[in-house]
Amino acid sequence: MKLTLKIWRQSGPNDKGQIVTYPIDNIEGDMSFLDMMDVLNEELIVKGEDPVAFDHDCREGICGMCSLFINGEAHGPDRAITTCQLHMRKFSDGETIYIEPWRAKAFPVIKDLVVDRGALDRVMASGGFVSVNTSGNTVDANAIPISKIDADKAFEAATCIGCGACVASCVNASAMLFVSAKVSQLALLPQGKIEATERVLNMVRTMDEEGFGNCTNTGACAVECPKEISLDNIARMNREYFKAMLTSE
Amino acid sequence: MSILDSKIPSGELNQKWSSYKDHIRLVNPANKRNIDIIVVGTGLAGGSASAALAELGYNVKSFCFQDSPRRAHSIAAQGGINAAKNYQGDGDSVFRLFYDTVKGGDYRAREANVYRLAEVSASIIDQCVAQGVPFAREYGGLLDNRSFGGSQVSRTFYAKGQTGQQLLLGAYSAMSRQIGKGKIQMYNRHEMLDLVLVDGKARGIIARNLVTGSLERFSAHAVVIASGGYGNVFYLSTNAMGSNVSAAWKVHKKGAYFANPCYTQIHPTCIPVSGDHQSKLTLMSESLRNDGRIWVPKNLEDSKAIREGRMKPTDITDENKDFFLERRYPAFGNLVPRDVASRAAKERCDAGFGVNTTGEAVYLDFASAIERYGREKARMNHDGEASIEIIMDLGAEVVKAKYGNLFQMYYKIVDQDPYKTPMMIYPAVHYTMGGVWVDYNLMTTITGCYATGEANFSDHGANRLGASALMQGLADGYFVLPYTIADYLADDIRTGKISTDLPEFVQTENDVKANIERLMNIKGTKTVDYFHKRLGKIMWDKVGMARNAEGLNWAIAEIQKLREEFYSNVRIPGTVDSFNPELDKANRVCDFLELGELMAKDALDREESCGGHFREEHQTEEGEAQRNDDKYAYVAAWEYTGKPSEAILHKEALVFDNIKLVQRSYK
Repeated sequence: MKLTLKIWRQSGPNDKGQIVTYPIDNIEGDMSFLDMMDVLNEELIVKGEDPVAFDHDCREGICGMCSLFINGEAHGPDRAITTCQLHMRKFSDGETIYIEPWRAKAFPVIKDLVVDRGALDRVMASGGFVSVNTSGNTVDANAIPISKIDADKAFEAATCIGCGACVASCVNASAMLFVSAKVSQLALLPQGKIEATERVLNMVRTMDEEGFGNCTNTGACAVECPKEISLDNIARMNREYFKAMLTSE
Repeated sequence: MSILDSKIPSGELNQKWSSYKDHIRLVNPANKRNIDIIVVGTGLAGGSASAALAELGYNVKSFCFQDSPRRAHSIAAQGGINAAKNYQGDGDSVFRLFYDTVKGGDYRAREANVYRLAEVSASIIDQCVAQGVPFAREYGGLLDNRSFGGSQVSRTFYAKGQTGQQLLLGAYSAMSRQIGKGKIQMYNRHEMLDLVLVDGKARGIIARNLVTGSLERFSAHAVVIASGGYGNVFYLSTNAMGSNVSAAWKVHKKGAYFANPCYTQIHPTCIPVSGDHQSKLTLMSESLRNDGRIWVPKNLEDSKAIREGRMKPTDITDENKDFFLERRYPAFGNLVPRDVASRAAKERCDAGFGVNTTGEAVYLDFASAIERYGREKARMNHDGEASIEIIMDLGAEVVKAKYGNLFQMYYKIVDQDPYKTPMMIYPAVHYTMGGVWVDYNLMTTITGCYATGEANFSDHGANRLGASALMQGLADGYFVLPYTIADYLADDIRTGKISTDLPEFVQTENDVKANIERLMNIKGTKTVDYFHKRLGKIMWDKVGMARNAEGLNWAIAEIQKLREEFYSNVRIPGTVDSFNPELDKANRVCDFLELGELMAKDALDREESCGGHFREEHQTEEGEAQRNDDKYAYVAAWEYTGKPSEAILHKEALVFDNIKLVQRSYK
C-alpha cells in the first residue's frame, strides 16, 4: 500500500504546531498502525529528519499508553481497540490518513502526538481507591461474597485503561466516562461503599479543577472507548453524586 | 570464587518466615518519617512495595518511564494469579504450591524463598479483594478458580483474561492513595540511569527526566529495583516496547551480582510472527489451555496443504490430528509447564508439521470445548433436541464469557475468527527467571540495594509456572520487602537526609552525562532499532529455545562485534536536552548488548538442560531436558568486572532438604 500521512508536528508545548505531509510506501495489511509509524520514523532518522514522537508501550491494547487521533477518531476507525491494535488492513491503497494528538485543555501537548495525561492520575489520587492498608490481616477473600452480576459489572467498569480517548472524543473534553468507571466499580462492590460519598465528591471536584469539561450526554466517549465502557456508568455516577450531595455534611 | 550468603534463616521450612519476622528489627513510626526509599518501577512488585512502604510511614520516591504508574507491563498479564487457598477443596496446600513451584522450576530455585512465597500467597488474594479487585466469581458469590500448567489443582484466581490489569490497578489505587497524601512522590517519565553508592551503600539514583532531558539526582536510605525482566533482549517478545534491563544492569555494573541470566521463558502460546516489520509479539494466555487442545496434522501432506492454502484446519478430522501434548504427556496433557509445551511445539514444527505460511505455528483448538459447553448449556436450558449449530452458538457464548478479550485480540491481529477456526500459535519470549541475585531479604550484593519481582532471580528456578509472576511480584512488594527492609533501615534512623550534593552524586551524574554524550556524538548511519533487531536475531537463533556450545560461542563473538559496530555507527537524532525517545531506546540497547553476551556465557557454562535452558547436548532419549544435579545444582551469580566476557562466576549451592530431586515428569 501507498499512503499519504498528514501528521501533527509540534516541537514543544509552546510551539504553535502544524500538519506535515509524509508519503509512505510498502505498507502491508498485516502491519499494525504503530508498526507503520515505526517504518516512517526509521526512514526519517536515516534521512536526518526528526522522527515523530508518539506514546506507546505494551502494543497489545491494555496499558493505555498509545493515543492517536486518526482521521478524526480516537484510536482510529475500528471499534473496541486501541491504536496499537489497529491494523493497516483497515485502510486502502492511496488513502490519506490524518494523525493528531488527543486535544483537550487538560492534556497539554509535550511533543508532536505526545500529551500529558497527568490530570487523570490526579483525579485517581483524589479518591479512586479503597482506604485499606496492606497488612495480611484483612478478612478472608470469601468472607465478602459478591453477587456475580455485581462483580461482573464492577469488572466491566474496571477494564478502563485510562487512555483518555473519552476525553479526546468529547466535544466538551469531559472526563466523565473515565471518572464514572472508577466510581462505578467501587460503588458496585461492598468494599467500596464505605467511602462512596467522599469518593464521588472528591473525584468530581478534582475532575472540574483539572479543566475537564462538563457532560452533555452526546455519548461519543462510549462509542470511541477501546474497552467499551458503558454510558450506564455515567448515569450511576450521577446518582452517586446526587446522593452524596444530599447526604454529605 | 566466593561463597554467597543467602541468609536463609535456620529452623523448619514452615517456621522460617514466621520466626524470622518475629526476630528482625523494626523501625518505629516516628523514625520511618525520617527515612526515604527509592522504588524504581511501578508494576506489581514496585507498585505494591511503594504503596505498602508509604502506608507504613516511609517517604517513598517512585519512578517509572511511562506517563503513569498504571502502565507498567504487569498490566498485560492475562490468565491469573496462584494462591494456596484450597477454596476448591481439591487437595491444594501451601506445601503443594511450594512443591509444584520448585518442581516446575526444575529444581533450580531456593527452597526457603519459594516456601515463603507459597505461604503469603493466600494473603495476596485477601488484600486484593479488600482493595476492590473484581476477581471472577461464581453464582453463589464466592471466588472462582481455574487451572494453570504444571499443577493438578485449581488454584488460579482470575479476572477474565485481564488479571494483571486488575491487580495492577489495585496496586496503582493503593499507590494513588499515598500519592494523594504526599507519602509517595511520583516521578513519571523518569528513567533511572545509574545507582549512586556512598560508603559502599546504595544511597540514590541518577534519573533522566524524559520530558526535558535533564539529569536529576535523587537520594534515599535504600533503593529498590523493581524494573521487571529482560525479555526484550530478543527484540521480539511479549514484553512492552519499553521494558528493559537498564535499572537492573546498572546496579549489576555497580556491584550487584546477576544470577542465572540464561534462564528465559519461551511461552508456548503466542500469536506467530507475521513479517520483518513486526515490533512485538502478543501472548494468548495459558488459561486457554484449560479449554484449548493443541495439535498439528498427523500427516505431513496435510500440513503442507495447509501451508500452501489448499486445505483448512477445519477440513481435518480428529483421527488425522496429532494432539501431541496429550500424546506425549497423558497425565498433564495440554497443561504441561511452558518450557515442555514450547519445546514440543518446536519439535513438531522442526519435523515439518508446522501450519503457518512460515511453517512455525501449531493449532490451539476450541471446537471440542465449545461443543462440550454448548451441550451443557442446552441441557440446562432443557433443550435436549438442540441442533449442533445451536449447541455451538451456546458453547461459543460460554467461551466468550471466559476468554472474550483474548479471542477479540486474536481476531484483530490475525483477521481470523477463533470461534470458527483454531488459533495458530507459536512459542515466543515471555519472561526471564534470571535476574539480580538477592538474599532471603531480597537485598542484592550491594548493601541497601534491593531487587523484587521479575527483576530478581529468586523464586522460579529455571522455569516459571503460569500465574506465578503476579503472585511473586505482589508477595515481594506487599508482604516480604516491607518486613525485611526494616531490618536494614533500623541502622539508618539517625542518618538524616542524604544530600545530593555529595561528591558521589556529582561523579555519578558526570559519568551518566559522559555516556550519553558519547552516544550522541557517534552520529553514524544506522538506527537504534537496526542494532536491536540484529541482537534479537542472534539471541533467538542461538540463545533461544535450544542452545549448543558451538552456537553459543558464535553468539558471543557476534554480539561483541555488534556492540563495536553500535558504538561506531549508531545514529541518534535530536538533542540531549529534549524529549527524545530514540535516545531513551539507545540507552536501553547499550545494556542489552552487554546482557546478551552474559546470557550466552551463562548458557555455555551451564552444561545441563533445566527448565527454560535447553542444551541440545544434554537431553534424554525422548528429547526431554537432562539435568545434572551433581554438578549444576547451584545458582550462577555473575560479578561484573568491566566486560561481560570477563565476568566472574560465584556459586550459591542449592540445598534441598524438603524435596527429593527427580527427573521432572509430566507423563
